[in-house]
Amino acid sequence: MKDLLTIDQLGADGIGEIMIAADSFAEVCQRPVPKVPALRGKTIASMFFEDSTRTRNSFDTAAKRLSADTMNFSASSSSVSKGESLRDTVETIEAMGVDAIIVRHKSSGAPQQIARWAQASVINAGDGWHAHPTQALLDVYTVRQEGRSFEGMKVAIVGDISHSRVARSNIEAFRTLGADVTLVAPPTLLPPFAESLGATVSHDLDSVLGDTDVLYLLRMQSERMNQALVPSLGEYHRTFGLTRDRARQLPANSLIMHPGPMNRGIEISPEVVDDPRVRVLNQVTNGVVVRMAVLYLVLSSAAAERSGE
Amino acid sequence: MSTTQILRGGTVTDQRGTRRADVAWVDGVITDVADSIDPPVGSEILDASDAIVMPGLVDLHAHLREPGQEEAETIETGARGAALGGFTAVVAMPNTTPTMDHPSVVRDVLAIAEGASCEVVPSAAMTVGREGKLLSPMGELASMGVRIFTDDGDGVQDAALMLRIMEYASGLAAVTGGQPIVLAQHCEVASLSAGGHMHEGEWSGRLGMGGQPSEAETLMIVRDIMLSRRTGAHIHMQHVSTAEGVELIRHAKADGVRITSEATTHHFTLTDENCATYDPVFKVHPPLRTAADVAAIKAGLADGTIDAIATDHAPHEPHTKEFPFDQAPPGMLGLETALSLATAELELDMATIAALMSWKPAAIAGIGDRHGRPIEPGEPANLCVFDPSERWTISGTEMASRSQNSPYTGREATGRVRHTIFNGDAVVLGGEATR
Repeated sequence: MKDLLTIDQLGADGIGEIMIAADSFAEVCQRPVPKVPALRGKTIASMFFEDSTRTRNSFDTAAKRLSADTMNFSASSSSVSKGESLRDTVETIEAMGVDAIIVRHKSSGAPQQIARWAQASVINAGDGWHAHPTQALLDVYTVRQEGRSFEGMKVAIVGDISHSRVARSNIEAFRTLGADVTLVAPPTLLPPFAESLGATVSHDLDSVLGDTDVLYLLRMQSERMNQALVPSLGEYHRTFGLTRDRARQLPANSLIMHPGPMNRGIEISPEVVDDPRVRVLNQVTNGVVVRMAVLYLVLSSAAAERSGE
Repeated sequence: MSTTQILRGGTVTDQRGTRRADVAWVDGVITDVADSIDPPVGSEILDASDAIVMPGLVDLHAHLREPGQEEAETIETGARGAALGGFTAVVAMPNTTPTMDHPSVVRDVLAIAEGASCEVVPSAAMTVGREGKLLSPMGELASMGVRIFTDDGDGVQDAALMLRIMEYASGLAAVTGGQPIVLAQHCEVASLSAGGHMHEGEWSGRLGMGGQPSEAETLMIVRDIMLSRRTGAHIHMQHVSTAEGVELIRHAKADGVRITSEATTHHFTLTDENCATYDPVFKVHPPLRTAADVAAIKAGLADGTIDAIATDHAPHEPHTKEFPFDQAPPGMLGLETALSLATAELELDMATIAALMSWKPAAIAGIGDRHGRPIEPGEPANLCVFDPSERWTISGTEMASRSQNSPYTGREATGRVRHTIFNGDAVVLGGEATR
C-alpha cells in the first residue's frame, strides 16, 4: 500500500491489518512515554488545503508518537492563494524531501491527483465530499472495541449524506466488514442514486431507530439552508435530530457516534450528548491510534516496495 | 504555369456515392475525376491508394482562443490542427477576449486567419460580451458575413431575451441576401448546473462531485423549441449530450421546427465513468454522460436527428488541467482525433460520416458554396484523404495545438488523415502539416 486514498482499496483484509496494528499502537499510547522509534528519520508533510484543526492535530500526534519528523503546510499561508497549480505546490513540497504527504482538500479527488504526481506516499485526510478513510477506520475500530461482530450489524448514518466524505467512507468500511447500512436523510441531502452506494435509504428516522446497532450522526452545515436543501435547522432537528424521545427508541446496547464537531441542538439534543451509549470521545482517542497504524503501514510498505522486496 | 495535382488510387466518397477515382485539380479547382487520369507533364502526384477521398471536413464548433488566450491556442495552431484532422473549415467560437461581438473583432480574426491551414469561419456572440443582457450588433455582423450567432460557453438564460434575439434574427434576411441566420445555443440552464462539475448521476454520487443534471440541457432545448415555433428562427443545438435531448429534437424535427443539432466526438466515445480518475482532462461542458446517453447520441447520428459531428475543440494551457477537478476549466482537444474516432466508434458507413462531418455542417455554417461540395470538375479542391487502416497512438503532446488536453492520449486508434487539400494546396501531406 503506497497510498491510502479510499476504503475500497483496502478490502476486509486491509482493514483487518490496520485494526491489528492499531491494537499494538493502542498499547504504546498507554505507556508513560507513549512513543516508539518506528518512523525515526521519516519526514511527513501535512498539506491542509482546508482548515481542520482536529484531523491535523490527530495526524500530527500520531506522527510524533512514531518519532517521525513533521512539516506543516497550510493553504492560507502558501502560494495556492497566488494561483499556483496543485501539481506545482505538491512538487515543491516533495522537492524538500518527504516520505509521506497527508492531504486534506476541499476538492474531491485531489489526493488521487497528487498520488499520480508524487513519489511519496499520499494519505487522504479528507477530500471534498468524496472520502475520509482514516475517519472511517477509526469509526470501525471504535465499534470493534465493543467486541461485537460486524456481520449483519445494523448501521444507520443520519444527515447530510450528499456532501459528506465521512458518510461515503463509512458506508464502504461498514459494508466491507459485513454490516448493513441505512442512510437516513431528506431526499435533498442524498446523492443521486444513493442506493448505488450499497446502502438502504430511508427518509424516516423513527422507523429505523428500533433496529439500529450503530447510529452515526453527521454534522449539519448551516449553509445547506441557503441552498434550500432544508427549510431550517429547527425543522431538521425535529425530523432528523437525535432527541431524547428518539434516544429512548434506540436499543440499550446500541452506539451513538459522530465525527465531530457536534452541533448540539441540531443533529443531537444537548441532553443526549452525555448518554452512556455515546462514543464520541472514544472516536477521538482512537483517531490517534488508527492514524499511527496507517502511517506505519503505508511508510513501511512503501519502503519495502522501494527496496524491491 | 499552374501545376496539375492529382490524387491517385483512392476511393472517392461524396454525396453522389462511392467510386474508385483519381482526382485532379489546377489552381484550386477540380478539373477531372476519373477512374484513371493520365498525368500531364510536370504534374504532381499525391498517393491516395487504400485511402478515401472525401470533401474536406467542416467543424461547426472550435475554440481557437485568439484573440486573448494565445498561450492556449492561436488561430494558426488551431487551424493547423484542424487541417491535420481533415478539416478545411472550422467555425470559430466567439468566447475570446475581447468577445467576438463586434465587427472590429471579427475583422481582426479574419485578418489573422489569412494564410491559415484552413478556412476560419467566425461566429459571433448573440449578446454583448456574451453576458446575456443586450443584443450584439447582429445586423452589422451579418452584413459582413457572419451566419452563426452563439453565446457558446453559456446559454442565454433569459427567455424573453432569447425570444427577442430570434425575432430580430428573422428580420436579417435583407442583409444576408436571403441566407439564413443560425442561432446556436449552448443549452444549459445555469441554475440547474450551478456547482456541478460532471454529469449528475450514479458516478457523481459515488465520487462526491457536484453534478449537472440532464435537465439543465433539456429544459433549454424545450424552451428554444417553443420559441422557434413561435418565431420561425433557425435554432441549432450545440453539443447535445443527453438521450432526452436527442428525443426532443427528433420530435421537433418531425413537427417541422427549424432545428438542427450537433454532437461532439467525446459525447459518443466517453462516459461519466471516465471522471472516476479525477483527471480534469475529462472535465467538459456539457459533461460526459452515461452509456445510455452515448447510445442515444449514436442513434441520433444514425437516423439524422443530429445533423453534424462537431469537435468543441477547447484547448487549455497544460497547468490549468493540473488543478483539482472542480477548479480546472472544462474542455478538451478534438480536431485531430474526430474523424478517426467517428469511423472507429460509430457503426456508420463512410458516406454517412462524411455527411455528418462535411456537407451537412457546411450547409448549417452557410459555407456550402465552397465546402462539402461534390467531388466533380469545377468544384473547389477542398478535400480530405483518409487512410482507414493506419494505426497510430493518440498523444496530446504531439498535436499541433499549443495545448495537450486530449482525453484520448494513449489510445490506440485506427484510421488517420493522410492529406488535406485546402483551396488546392496540400496543407497536410503524408500526415504532416506543410503550413
